[in-house]
Amino acid sequence: MLTGLIAQLLNGVQYGLLLFLISSGLTLIFGVMGVINLAHGSLFMIGAYLAFGVASLTGSLWLALPVAVLGGAVFGAVLERLLFRRFRTRAHLDQVLLTFALILLFEEGRSTLAGNQFHSVPVPGVLDFSVPVIGGFGYSAYRLAVLVICLIVAAGLVWLIERTRVGSAIRAAAENTEMLNLLGFDAGRVHTMVFAGGTALAMLAGALAAPLQSVYPGMGDGFLILSFIVVVIGGLGSVAGAFWAALLVGLIDTLGKAYLPQAAGIAVCAMMAVVLLWRPTGLFSRT
Amino acid sequence: MHHVSRRAMLAGAALTAGLGRPAVAQGAPLKVGMMLPFSGTYAALGENIAAGFELLIAENDGKLGGRAVTLIRLDDESDPAKAPANVNRLTERDNVDVLLGTVHSGVVMALVQAAREKEIPLFIPNAGNVAATRDLCSPHVFRSSFSNWQPAYGMGRALAARGVKKAAWVTWDYAAGKESGEGFRDGLRDGGAEMTHLLTVPFPETNFQPVLAQISGLGVEAVGSFFAGGGAIQFVKDYAASGLRATIPLCGSGFLTEGVLKPQGAAAEGIQTALHYGDGLDNAKNVAFRTAFKAKTTRDADVYAVQGYDAGQMLAAGLTATKGDAAAAMAFAAAIRAARIDSPRGAFTLSASHNPIQTIWLREARDGQNKVIGIAAKDLADPGTGCKMAGA
Amino acid sequence: MIVASRPGQCVLGAAALGIASMPLWASAWHMQLVSTALVAALFALSLQVLVGATGLVSLAQAGLFGLGAYTVHLLGSPPVWITLPAAMLAAGVAALLIGPLALRTKGFFFLMTTLAFGQMLFFAFHDTPLGGGTDGLFIVRPSLGFSVSRAERPAVFLLLNLSVLAIVYGGLCWLMSTMLGHALQGIRSNENRMAALGHNVQRLKLIAFVLAGALAGLAGHMSALTDAFVSPDLLGWHRSAEALLMILLGGIGALHGPILGAFALVAIQEAGSLLSDRPRLVEGVVFLAAVLFLRQGIAGWRLPWRARP
Repeated sequence: MLTGLIAQLLNGVQYGLLLFLISSGLTLIFGVMGVINLAHGSLFMIGAYLAFGVASLTGSLWLALPVAVLGGAVFGAVLERLLFRRFRTRAHLDQVLLTFALILLFEEGRSTLAGNQFHSVPVPGVLDFSVPVIGGFGYSAYRLAVLVICLIVAAGLVWLIERTRVGSAIRAAAENTEMLNLLGFDAGRVHTMVFAGGTALAMLAGALAAPLQSVYPGMGDGFLILSFIVVVIGGLGSVAGAFWAALLVGLIDTLGKAYLPQAAGIAVCAMMAVVLLWRPTGLFSRT
Repeated sequence: MHHVSRRAMLAGAALTAGLGRPAVAQGAPLKVGMMLPFSGTYAALGENIAAGFELLIAENDGKLGGRAVTLIRLDDESDPAKAPANVNRLTERDNVDVLLGTVHSGVVMALVQAAREKEIPLFIPNAGNVAATRDLCSPHVFRSSFSNWQPAYGMGRALAARGVKKAAWVTWDYAAGKESGEGFRDGLRDGGAEMTHLLTVPFPETNFQPVLAQISGLGVEAVGSFFAGGGAIQFVKDYAASGLRATIPLCGSGFLTEGVLKPQGAAAEGIQTALHYGDGLDNAKNVAFRTAFKAKTTRDADVYAVQGYDAGQMLAAGLTATKGDAAAAMAFAAAIRAARIDSPRGAFTLSASHNPIQTIWLREARDGQNKVIGIAAKDLADPGTGCKMAGA
Repeated sequence: MIVASRPGQCVLGAAALGIASMPLWASAWHMQLVSTALVAALFALSLQVLVGATGLVSLAQAGLFGLGAYTVHLLGSPPVWITLPAAMLAAGVAALLIGPLALRTKGFFFLMTTLAFGQMLFFAFHDTPLGGGTDGLFIVRPSLGFSVSRAERPAVFLLLNLSVLAIVYGGLCWLMSTMLGHALQGIRSNENRMAALGHNVQRLKLIAFVLAGALAGLAGHMSALTDAFVSPDLLGWHRSAEALLMILLGGIGALHGPILGAFALVAIQEAGSLLSDRPRLVEGVVFLAAVLFLRQGIAGWRLPWRARP
């Protein structure tokens, strides 16, 4: 019983950290630009497929990670310049519909380029072993590596946002765009940067997740709803908030699936509803 | 065999639209509506089923029972919500005489419903919902594949025969998972053992960690499972990564390793599964079939191709007896019931509820193949409980 | 939000008569297609009570639609004069429970709260045995009080769905002309002003939410009746987003917009599947074009129909 619980806690933390990686981009994009991006889950999927492509061609997953990050940054910048810039000031309804259309288009694009099969991405050879954790249950070394990578990225992001000039620009933009211009920053460039960064984070998450759950059509759907839940619970625009919220959601989801599988989905959504009603600005945000 | 393109169908549909269902003359081609997944996660299965079916028609020079056969493809996208509309497209808009489909168990229910209501023959080349050959059985519905209960029952018997006393079943929480779980339970019970736990994961999740972490605490000697496609790939890999294979071997219904051994790699080596087909079956029909399929598609045949091919054989048996008349339902059904299908999996007949009575082979994954190493259950028939057809 | 002017109503009436005459000249397939569009139009119309009239964008509507559909199954398919009010009641009560909570939030947060509740309903039917599981299931159609042969079915359901839509549309036209209707539209244009004028804004919003919910349940009931099939996908947020798209396509500013939008979307989906091997690509491109270029929707093209404000 205790064995199982410890194993599930580890699962929940690892899942939560991956969720954080995806949600951090979303919270920044929404917090700074005020744009609802339903296609964020598709970005995760694109990152996973990219990893599959690179790993198939070169045999190395490690190469796929920088490719996903750089590719994501470029793709995000392009999307922002072409589409999202125009939608920043439009009604939420329009944003919902625009990004829903993007989901369909991304799915079809993926289907055309990469087909519809499940693809397995092999774990990098050097990490392909099992670390005995407790009582007969072992943890994949690769999963532990993903956990560590997510923590490093989290620390890096928090440092970036809290300690650098760029970060203060982003924080300012989250509060007040006009102030940003007055302070001498180019709001447009900050927005592009944030969107590029958010996209890169989602695609990195996809690339890391590819060996963990295979690559298949619609793989981003589950993460999309969960990442919105994390963003709401953590507070819009708060990276630190997203971190703790993601851990909470990851744990509740994992423990729910282990002990009460039929209630897991409902429980997570109920949590978001409770937060929205009790503390709409988020459980962990500063305001 | 006459393959109709989308443009031609559009023209044909425009002509017949509004005229209702035209009377089909004996000399007119027989229209078969192939409602299969040609996109999405099951696309590879849909293509192989279609290719197997088309191979059989080609071997008969495009004619069955003296009648030319026209095939109409419809992609069902494995979407149950769109199934009623898709079936209507085939039966009302395209006016097909025979239905073939499908893979997804939710979608097939729309086909079964349509076959029963409109009284046209339906051949199911994969979906294993037990209902189609139990409480919803019908003179018009035939299955060339399996019921979810059969392969899992075989696995249960094989485990019990090996001396396992307690086992668990892990699967997705949907009809196919639960029905195969019942088969596993029955097989263990009939062999003097017991299924002590049924663990489920919401469909179509591939995050198996929560379930895997529970297994070592269950006190079972083996774990059986049913997953298919990508879920199977991920589960087998995750099971191996958790280190459980050393103490609690993994086995399951054949779909766990069918068509996915290459991506599973070393994680699958040595896993035993039970299915009505396997690699290394050396009967003459299988050898010939595999050669012909490879020549036609450049792919290796698999259980889905066999099921599609045998659906064609069953249709041929019915049409030959009724001289091409698919609407002579009683004679058509009687002929197929009486037929002995010379299948690449081994010859079989249909049970009274129209499900194959077949041998479930025990296979072991070795070097990228599911090698047949024995028999899990011989000439196994699905119980057919609740089927009200005569003789069932 | 405008209600169509006299000439506009005449055109709508003529279209309705045209549809009513279909049993005389159309094929079973086309009647079924139009039935599908009519049910979709009813669903979109229910959402328009929130979006176009009151200015509330909700993603929970599909959950209420699906609840109405599943009510038929959960009751065991008694005759339709029981299932129809039961479906509306179930969805209305659910909306009454969700409403006071959801309406404490506004804008983006309201969107997310309704998403949360909608998904909770989805998971209730997807993950538990309540709904027959992820595949969905076929249900026995509630009896209509007279027997309908298989051949007659498409025509009977076509006329039934047409009648229900006509009654609901007529009812909503009337509602929009009452004090309540004007108050709701006032909330959409300026909520603070309405509050300042002394209206109980929260109560008005709740009335709209429950009415919209009950109508969504009605649409779900008609869907279950027509298709004899229910599945958890009916409750997913994708369906809510599709309904929003129908409103956008048809024109958010017109009460009949959702009807036009629903027919347009069904036509596009059908054309897409006939003409292309990639119907979802066609759908995605149409969505994108509609959002980028079609601010007023189809209803907005017909300028002579704009009623004097």
